[in-house]
Amino acid sequence: MTEVYRPVGGKLLTRQFYFLALLALIAAYFLVRRFIFGIGDVSNLSDGYPWGLWITYDVVTGTAIACGGYAMAVAVYVFNKGQFHPMVRAALLTSVFGYTLAGASIVVDVGRYWQLYNVFLPQYANLNSVMLEVALCISLYVLVLWIEFSPAILEAMKANRALRMLRHILFFFIGVGILLPTMHQSSLGSLLIIAGHKVHPLWQSDIIPLLFLITAITMGYGMVVFESLYASVNLGRKLETDLLAKVAGVIPWLLITYLVLRIGDLTLTGNLAALAEPGRAPILFAGEMALFGYAIVSLLGKARRRHPTHLFWSALAVVLAGALYRFDAFLIAYNPGPGWHYFPAVGEMMITLGVVAVEIMAYLFFVKKTPVLAAGH
Amino acid sequence: MKIDRRDFCKVVVAGAATALSGGVAEARPPKELPPKAVGILYDATLCIGCKACEVGCKEANDMPMDHTSCAEQAHGVTGVWDAPDDLNSRTMNKIKAYAQGTAEVKDRPQDGYSFIKRACMHCVDPDCVSACPVSALTKDPVTGIVQYDPDACIGCRYCQLACPFNIPKFEYDKTFPKIVKCQMCAHLQAEGGIPACCEACPTGASLFGAVPDLLEEAHRRLTFKSGERQSYPIHSLDGGETRTAEVRGYYPKVYGETETGGTQYLMMAGVPFEHLGMPDLGSESRARLSETIQHGLYQGMMAPTLLLGGLVYAAYRNTHEDRMDPPEAPDGKASQAEEVPDD
Repeated sequence: MTEVYRPVGGKLLTRQFYFLALLALIAAYFLVRRFIFGIGDVSNLSDGYPWGLWITYDVVTGTAIACGGYAMAVAVYVFNKGQFHPMVRAALLTSVFGYTLAGASIVVDVGRYWQLYNVFLPQYANLNSVMLEVALCISLYVLVLWIEFSPAILEAMKANRALRMLRHILFFFIGVGILLPTMHQSSLGSLLIIAGHKVHPLWQSDIIPLLFLITAITMGYGMVVFESLYASVNLGRKLETDLLAKVAGVIPWLLITYLVLRIGDLTLTGNLAALAEPGRAPILFAGEMALFGYAIVSLLGKARRRHPTHLFWSALAVVLAGALYRFDAFLIAYNPGPGWHYFPAVGEMMITLGVVAVEIMAYLFFVKKTPVLAAGH
Repeated sequence: MKIDRRDFCKVVVAGAATALSGGVAEARPPKELPPKAVGILYDATLCIGCKACEVGCKEANDMPMDHTSCAEQAHGVTGVWDAPDDLNSRTMNKIKAYAQGTAEVKDRPQDGYSFIKRACMHCVDPDCVSACPVSALTKDPVTGIVQYDPDACIGCRYCQLACPFNIPKFEYDKTFPKIVKCQMCAHLQAEGGIPACCEACPTGASLFGAVPDLLEEAHRRLTFKSGERQSYPIHSLDGGETRTAEVRGYYPKVYGETETGGTQYLMMAGVPFEHLGMPDLGSESRARLSETIQHGLYQGMMAPTLLLGGLVYAAYRNTHEDRMDPPEAPDGKASQAEEVPDD
């Protein structure tokens, strides 16, 4: 099987594209306000809830959703599953934009963005800070992702000499591109360890780095499957169900490992008792379990996995389960103490929506104009 | 291909094992109190709620008055007075009140009331200092004061998430915001002075001193009997000024002696501290746990380096065809670059 990547072609400026552009424009309005009048003008962030929708969705969940490139690289380059090679590029594309825009969101979220480069200055480095590790790792990974994705752009530019050179060194960046997400996806979970009692006992855990890492990988595979099916239907391409079913086959085992670790840890620490307490935390926990459970059950059977509709919904469930896990841990079940409440403001939500819109617009542009998707056989 | 795969698996497993073995590394030892640690002993039983400390604090630190209180907003008035509800980005020191039932008698949990003064606790092992990625928050190695450097700060607000006492505040309403927190009037101390809140306190409820001496004084007070008259130092423990007051009875605990690894701001009260809004914290800081886990995984970057070696090797082996220059690979396995239309 030879893979030929081709631009999908077709009209770029469709009605849907204009709608996305409108969302981006609204976000731009709130962004201007944020940079003139401050974070409080467009958001409901407070001293009790210093991290809201921007960090929880755009950074913590957004980069996990963008783990497709990482997850596929692990399968193809570590476990040598060459058959998945045709899917790597599309996965990389979502990763490139997911991560790049997560990086951009950080500029919006941090209060003193004009000093953000201090993170890279050795005299300021605090090697005890989990945040430093996350910041350096994500910045570096954005760079690596663009290098990994650059063959698609160079091919579109017909820059054959540069391509030939890149081909000889790309393996190094592939290696680094697997190491970095392993580090920062786990550290995104570790960020919460220091918050102690503010994080609900059903989510606070000493093994939270491992739990975040496993779910990030499953979300990566889930997103690859989801996105491939969605793009195939909407761009009028042949479904890659056979390959996707194979990709999805690994998800239930990863999720079972995750559930065993998480529930085992909750049992050993005795925090499982918090399930009996009143409030919304047990309901949220049950919601997560239902999503994880549904994904495991529907992806475990080979026959069901090959069914495109089944595959589509269970892949979506995998992504949603991981997203809910992150939202619960960082935001919904986060409690800084009495008197503090948080629900995202309109401006906050519009900025996040705008980021997603830009992501989809960029995806459409690259898929239609550059050789990203494998040509049908 | 099969042999290759086995090889790669070995490498990966070896890498993963190294990464995991790091997890059993020794816990980071708890932080010790700095040699000349200074602190404040707040005794709620002496506090009369006059808020002179708040005024002193704002004056000494050039802080603006605050008009965000619920009362002012509800009545649509803006007073000429300072009226914050709680600590905020304009208020680094705040007297709050606890009232129960009829609130008749001071320093009694039932049908009583008590004041509490909230400010930075200047932890011995501060979570905010451990959290800050750019060392904007540092602990003075001599005095132990937790200080803020706006030139380093990127405004990520991880310190707010990390602080178990919700102390660091952020100027959400400003275009160019900063973190705001009590720095124990380090600028006054540098000139031989004492923190403004202790200077302003007329009753000795806020008392400045060396932390070991303050702890000794706190334990001396715990031995006092209710109703007897005792001598209390005011302003500064070694300043020589004292006043005599009736002992109102203490809840048998010095808050901050062990909490989160100890704090340099210590508290005493007549009512249990959970009523006063103080969190029930263990004797170990979260920073210690966080650093133990993180440094366990990243010890000297050994595990990541080994893992990287394994990964790059695996990627090298598995991209063999990609690196070959002829456009057609012999085994028919095509690469990304081969598909470049050569025109």
